[in-house]
Amino acid sequence: MKLQEYRSKEILARHGVPLLSGQTATTPEEARAAAADLGGAVVIKAQVLVGGRGKAGGVKLASSPDEAEQVAREIIGLDIKGTAVKTVLVAPAADIAREYYLGLILDRASKAITIIASAEGGVEIEETAKTNPDAILNLPLHPLIGLQEHEVRRVAFFLGLPADLRKDFATVLRGLYAAFMESDADLAEVNPLVVTDDGRLLALDAKIVLDDSALSRHPDLEAMRDLNEEEPSEIAAREAGISFIKLDGSIGCMVNGAGLAMTTMDLVKLAGGEPANFLDIGGGAKQDKVTAAFKIILDDPNVKAILINIFGGITRGDEVARGIVEARAALTRDVPMVVRIVGTNSEEAKPILAEANLITAESLDDAAAKAVAAAGGAA
Amino acid sequence: MSILVNRETRLLVQGITGREGEFHSTAMLEYGTSIVAGVTPGKGGQSALDGRVPVFDTVAEAVEQTGANATCIFVPAAFAPDAMLEASAARVPLIVCITEGVPALDMLRVSHVLRASGARLIGPNCPGMTSVDEAKVGIIPGNIHARGPVGLVSRSGTLTYEVVQAMTDAGMGQTTCVGIGGDPIIGTNFIDILDMFNQDPETEAIVMIGEIGGEEEEKAAAFCAREVRKPMAAFIAGRTAPPGRRMGHAGAIISSGGEGTAESKRVALEEAGVRVADSPSHIPQLLRDAGVR
Repeated sequence: MKLQEYRSKEILARHGVPLLSGQTATTPEEARAAAADLGGAVVIKAQVLVGGRGKAGGVKLASSPDEAEQVAREIIGLDIKGTAVKTVLVAPAADIAREYYLGLILDRASKAITIIASAEGGVEIEETAKTNPDAILNLPLHPLIGLQEHEVRRVAFFLGLPADLRKDFATVLRGLYAAFMESDADLAEVNPLVVTDDGRLLALDAKIVLDDSALSRHPDLEAMRDLNEEEPSEIAAREAGISFIKLDGSIGCMVNGAGLAMTTMDLVKLAGGEPANFLDIGGGAKQDKVTAAFKIILDDPNVKAILINIFGGITRGDEVARGIVEARAALTRDVPMVVRIVGTNSEEAKPILAEANLITAESLDDAAAKAVAAAGGAA
Repeated sequence: MSILVNRETRLLVQGITGREGEFHSTAMLEYGTSIVAGVTPGKGGQSALDGRVPVFDTVAEAVEQTGANATCIFVPAAFAPDAMLEASAARVPLIVCITEGVPALDMLRVSHVLRASGARLIGPNCPGMTSVDEAKVGIIPGNIHARGPVGLVSRSGTLTYEVVQAMTDAGMGQTTCVGIGGDPIIGTNFIDILDMFNQDPETEAIVMIGEIGGEEEEKAAAFCAREVRKPMAAFIAGRTAPPGRRMGHAGAIISSGGEGTAESKRVALEEAGVRVADSPSHIPQLLRDAGVR
């Protein structure tokens, strides 16, 4: 789960990372009040989870409360890559002398939390990795003893920080590490970390991505979820315990298992169609979940057909078939459905599906082709 | 021959009295796996699976009294790290963790300790493995297999079943099928298993099922080019997955910078001489083209 900048900064501030905390605003009037409260020049930043908000006009300076109100009026409601800005962060503006990148990631390859640092701050680290990989330091930390003093020093020297700021840098890196560990993060990044004209070290922007598997032990962080940035259908799916991601195609997919769900989407595409979603119904394919899944898929008006692909290992195919038929009977909107059930009791499933007028398929390739045809042919 | 598990496997099940543990232990027993013990703290002295398996309070006790040499873990995510560490402390050499949703930071510590202790961890968030007609450890349905010359390794669950079924339907049997798990931090990676299959005399060909996220498939491709002389076929799931989104599995994500795509993995594998299928159903034919009987 990605956290908004202002949330990430809250967490970093709790761990002693120096930053200029501001105030959030959801109306131009609130932005004016915040600017007046903070005094002096402010920066107004759209709080969105998608990247590239600066280029999209979502970050602007204002030198007075009047200007803050005017700038906030421009940014609130602005569409940034499909997300309408609801909240802005109003923060004191800083005079930047130098910019750095500092991040911690969970690195799958080295199985370690790894420090990523670069003296080329303010640009995306992926960009630096392409243009100037030597400018990046990758430093994996020991999984049991964690961040050590010599590692803090090494990063500070690599960045070429002024000697009088090394102590402050230790506070930043230690705080970032503590925030990462205590919130069970996948990523914690400060970009840019800046040295100001008056010689202060500050985290000007922050991003924390949390490990979804650990959220259950952090109810305080779960409460920071920004529902404004999630598809309503994805929120409904999460509440129903279904793994769902909305896409742009016309063929709804309902599958058990994530790998098989991706494969089903891939085969729809291979057959000339476009998948409308990723949906993993999980183990068991119980009727209440099938019902919830139908509702979520059919809420998307683009869906012209549904492909149901269930590999009944543990689950009995005939039970799944009955569940599908019953769940379908309760639907308010109906589209052609292609059902493929394999594995345990799949033979017993066939008459149940045929009687309910569902299109059946033996192989997954065949099911994908039939679903594409049922949705009106290749896209 | 086969890899990881066989007729000598003496299996212990942690969480044997839970709903999942009991269900799958019954299926493993029916497949012919020798389950020698179960562990549920507080239920020591009782028995499970209709009196067929003794239950112990601790893994150490179970190992001491039954000589268990492998464990399969079915405990909830909050307790799974401790269960893996307990198994490693009791010197169980093979630890298979089925549990989904173990926090990554826990896995960093656990996998480090297990590696240092010399234990082999498969998973977590995996379906386990079957050495066909010898032993099944985990949740892969036993009836989809047929004995034959192909070894299979996968990051997925039901997709593995799909491929195994397609092979069996095509008359192409398997030695061992292993699901290594869909999490970002797992105990055993593709290369470890490919190396085992490469050295297993009975495994004549290898199938690898990957998916988007990370760079393990690319590394495996480099290993294949360097070491593996057996025919190989692969499938990579997630060609249509959008970047920046986690596709069900915690590890299945294309980074916003564009790393971990199916295309990158396909190219790497093809350059290493691995035949990559567009659909799971094409795998048996690709292997036949490569000379597998």
